[in-house]
Amino acid sequence: MTQMKKRSNRIDATDRLIITATQHGLPLLARPYDEIARQTGLSAQLVKQRMSAMLENGIIRRMGAVPNHYRLGYRANGMSVWDMEEARIDDIGGLVGGLYFVSHCYQRPRCLPLWPYNFFAMVHARSKREVEAKVARIAHLVGEASRSHTILYSSKILKKTGIRLKERREETCSD
Amino acid sequence: MKMSTGLSYRDLSQMDRSIINRLQGGLPVCDEPYEQIAASLGIGQCELIGRLSKLLEEGFLSRFGPIYNPERLGGAVTLAALEVPQERFDEVAELVNRHDEVAHNYARAHQLNMWFVIATEALAQIDEVIGKIEAQTGLKVLNFPKQKEYLIGLRFDL
Repeated sequence: MTQMKKRSNRIDATDRLIITATQHGLPLLARPYDEIARQTGLSAQLVKQRMSAMLENGIIRRMGAVPNHYRLGYRANGMSVWDMEEARIDDIGGLVGGLYFVSHCYQRPRCLPLWPYNFFAMVHARSKREVEAKVARIAHLVGEASRSHTILYSSKILKKTGIRLKERREETCSD
Repeated sequence: MKMSTGLSYRDLSQMDRSIINRLQGGLPVCDEPYEQIAASLGIGQCELIGRLSKLLEEGFLSRFGPIYNPERLGGAVTLAALEVPQERFDEVAELVNRHDEVAHNYARAHQLNMWFVIATEALAQIDEVIGKIEAQTGLKVLNFPKQKEYLIGLRFDL
């Protein structure tokens, strides 16, 4: 029994086949799992079983759409960083992480003296003003648990790979 | 990397917006998952699949499907930062970006003005990549590995 549990938390060759077949996306067909089954040589039943298990144990974070926030008009991206009291960080992380406009929320090490911040919450909005309003909402939740905070705006994307954008025309132009 | 094509989110129909909002939440693992979502949106399955392909093609969606957790697949990810002298910024950006392990890199308005994500197949390789970047740029890389994560589940409100 424990061995089975252990196994379900690690990926095996079957999972690997499924991951390889789906890491670029789920087939846009009425019966997508049948298509994955066809590609991997596994049964659709097994594919569904394994993917459900990977969802349940967090190997798959979620199944769904990844919006391209720039394209959707969310061009202001502010990395809010906070100098947070260690003892409060988990409670506050739970609250801040639940805000719909926060895409990533992490505890990370400080790097003194230059970097006193140990809590990062990435905020996306349509304008800087909107980022500021959203960061103010975080500040309200955080209260006195944070000694100071700031927002680092991205001024330019220098590199972004690993997403599949079909912008062929521009790619050839920039080459 | 700049998107200069004419279409903007303002051109999205109400149905496309509903699809994007609805599909961030998740897709059930069942024989005909699109059917279920389509029914809840009041459209047919073919229309949903057609619109979804178009949203992907036009770049409004980066991808659609399972989002794997790289760390759970044995890989490692970290956030790193550099303080780059302004006059060397482009040169350093190129040196950093040349590494395949650098997945994202952003210029940010701060003394630490370059922030990038390093993703590798194994944890030990993170330090190797950092070592190489330091040797190539002559700059100190600050490493901010995550100690705890409090979600991943951005939902856009269109």
